[in-house]
Amino acid sequence: MADTAIHGAFADDNEAQAVYLAAKRRLMWRRRLLPVAAFLTLLVLWEVGVRIFDVKPFIAPAPSAIFAVLVNKFPMLMQNLMPTAIEAVLGFAIGNVTAILIATAFAYKQSIEEAFFPIAVMINTIPVVAKAPILVLLLGNGMEPKIAIAALICFFPTLVNMTRGLRDVNPQQLELMHVLSASPREVFVKVRFKNAMPYLFSALKIAASTAVIGAIVGEWIGSTVGIGALIIQATYNFDSPLLYATIVVGSVFSATFFGIISWLERYFLTWNAAGAR
Amino acid sequence: MALAAIERDRPDPVPAAHPAETAIELRNICVRFTTDRGTISALENIDLVVGKGGFLTLLGPSGCGKSTLLRVVADIIKPSDGAATVLGGPPEAARRRRDIGFVFQDAALLPWRTVIDNVTLPLEVGGGAPAGRARDPRELLDLVGLSGWEKAFPHELSGGMRQRVSIARALVSGPKLLLMDEPFGALDEITRDRLNEELLSVWEKTGTTILFVTHSIYEAAFLGQQVLLLAARPGRVRELVPVDLPTPRRIAQRETPRFVSLVTKLRGILETC
Repeated sequence: MADTAIHGAFADDNEAQAVYLAAKRRLMWRRRLLPVAAFLTLLVLWEVGVRIFDVKPFIAPAPSAIFAVLVNKFPMLMQNLMPTAIEAVLGFAIGNVTAILIATAFAYKQSIEEAFFPIAVMINTIPVVAKAPILVLLLGNGMEPKIAIAALICFFPTLVNMTRGLRDVNPQQLELMHVLSASPREVFVKVRFKNAMPYLFSALKIAASTAVIGAIVGEWIGSTVGIGALIIQATYNFDSPLLYATIVVGSVFSATFFGIISWLERYFLTWNAAGAR
Repeated sequence: MALAAIERDRPDPVPAAHPAETAIELRNICVRFTTDRGTISALENIDLVVGKGGFLTLLGPSGCGKSTLLRVVADIIKPSDGAATVLGGPPEAARRRRDIGFVFQDAALLPWRTVIDNVTLPLEVGGGAPAGRARDPRELLDLVGLSGWEKAFPHELSGGMRQRVSIARALVSGPKLLLMDEPFGALDEITRDRLNEELLSVWEKTGTTILFVTHSIYEAAFLGQQVLLLAARPGRVRELVPVDLPTPRRIAQRETPRFVSLVTKLRGILETC
């Protein structure tokens, strides 16, 4: 009955449909091309500005100079990206898995949350730059403290979001599971965990970029390789083109990481009307 | 004769129209909730008997405890006082045997599951349906007029379609008792009328005992074999009105003088609740 009603709502007007689709395509391309055009315009303005006002390269390098460094020093930049990427990804994994496990414990036992949540808040209030030296002292000068910082920085948003997602379940869905005599494990796996997925992915998208920031900040303290170390070295040497090129490499990596998580979200949460846009 | 004896033994509960066998028996049920502002009495001294295969509608103003009463029968809420017998034992036993199907006000589908996976949920959890009672989910979707929508997600459906999925879900484990909590309250009138007719045909086909909460006088009169009117604050039984309309019932019957006078009667009682 209902499907005939829905199919019946479609009139046979191919022309109107074609016009509509063309307008939709135009809008889509506009959304894609406008930011690119704006970005290129700004780059040109920047280049022209640097040349006209004869700005010294160590104050602000021209985009062409940055591009030259990106091309000429590409292997070196990649060599430094590698450790940062490993730290960020490992920190991301460790921080989020820990947060998910603790959120699960919180959701099961309110008293655990009451005991430990204030401590998590306190650790979160310590700025990353202040946490970094402590962790370097604790964990040495290898990759470990950087991974730990990246993990810590990912931890909090995921903990808060995941706990909320596991808790904010439609009460009627829980009553339904009760009427069906579902076990606590079934309620967790089939309702609470699924319900938390959109909340989890919002947190993971934040974590994807902050994990990279964490790794970079970690490298500022006594590191010789990595994007963070390169930023410090380039700054001290007044090598602005290298500094900017390093930042570009770091942000491209960060954006890619974010993009992968967004793609995973779309792939896994097709059911979520809000997320399926 | 035996029935008459039972009737004599139970002077208190309101007798069902044809209590061939009892599906639900409530005696002196009280439910109280304690809050910061004191104790609220949601239900007070509810006595009720519903026969097997019966269709009872519960009607009353907001706050009269209709939904609470349904939740006592479903073992979602434990009564503060009184004894409830559901299908020959305590409500918990009936729930554990998976004899109860519940349809919620907002359908309560799991949005991450497709239509068919929502319907089969009761077969997956809580040990599944009792042996031989599970029904073919596709047949049920057909019964509620949704064949072809198996792979759709709830957000792709209209409110009426979602509610029909939840009815199919409630029926899939072959429950002996179907509890419905204002299932069509949020729907437009035309959809509601159609679902009312569909529900009656489901009831006729399955022989399930149904308790149906509504705040629509028309719906209560159209669906029920009996209408239980509840008064509010505290929730208590006002009157049990038998419905003697011919079956099978069709929406057109609502124009008949018999139906109109029944509605007038119910409205009159409701105004004093």
